[in-house]
Amino acid sequence: MFGEHGFFILACYGVSALVLGALALWIVLDGRAVRRRLDELEARGVRRRSASRENG
Amino acid sequence: MALMDLANPTRFLALSGRVLPWLAGLALATLAFGFFLAFRAPADYQQGETVRIMYIHVPFAWLAMFGYSMIALSALGILVWRHPLADVAHKAMAPIGAVFAFLCLVTGSLWGRPMWGTYWVWDARLTSMLVLLLLYLGLLALRSAIEDPNQAGRAAAVLSLVGFVNVPIVKFSVDWWNTLHQPASVFRMDGPTIHSSLLWPLLVCAIGFTLLMLALHMAAMRTEIFRRRLRVLEARAAAEAAYA
Repeated sequence: MFGEHGFFILACYGVSALVLGALALWIVLDGRAVRRRLDELEARGVRRRSASRENG
Repeated sequence: MALMDLANPTRFLALSGRVLPWLAGLALATLAFGFFLAFRAPADYQQGETVRIMYIHVPFAWLAMFGYSMIALSALGILVWRHPLADVAHKAMAPIGAVFAFLCLVTGSLWGRPMWGTYWVWDARLTSMLVLLLLYLGLLALRSAIEDPNQAGRAAAVLSLVGFVNVPIVKFSVDWWNTLHQPASVFRMDGPTIHSSLLWPLLVCAIGFTLLMLALHMAAMRTEIFRRRLRVLEARAAAEAAYA
């Protein structure tokens, strides 16, 4: 497909997609885990002092 | 309203919550268009098809330096203004910048093998880019080694400002030293030396990757703000449990 150096071209795009996909997934899953623990604490009635001000 | 007033974590969360989905979508659409152009562009007269590696390798290199410049700016925000959002931005960018620097080195190495006959040489450009990756990893290690988040933030800010000296070295290494790596062909005083049929796909890909980096950074910043709120709530819950 890309001549004699096709392996190097496909390896570059493959590794990049894999690593960037893993980074994006880690950021999304980490964010979800933190939000879930935050929601659990708030559901138990533990709130920040400024939370009532922010919620109006 | 002053800019500093706008840059508070609560306002940032509200604004970024609305902007982030659009930014991520725009990044993916721009990248898709960029790759479409990149794979329709002609092969290079010297490098043949391997020039297609340029469309990802060069943006990775630019963004590895851009990410570190953002970190250095945030470090000023931490040390001069002690702004909490600057510390959040600083911490959130380090792993993202590290990934871009890593991918720059990997794709460069895979490009070097067919073009230079070797995966690696200790020339000034490659070595200074490796130093940039090590600086990113150093920032991550430093933050995780110091327990107090404020102290960790200040120490990381000092390290990142000292390390910023490496960014112009990466950029100008090909001019200051005799390197196997080619000299700059886009950002030059006398204009780009690269043909427009290759330049435009490169610029579109670079814009796409820039938008992607900004989207990832925004998402990571949101998580970091929530993580700090979680830390406060966990401390409060522990204190309440101790009094009960």
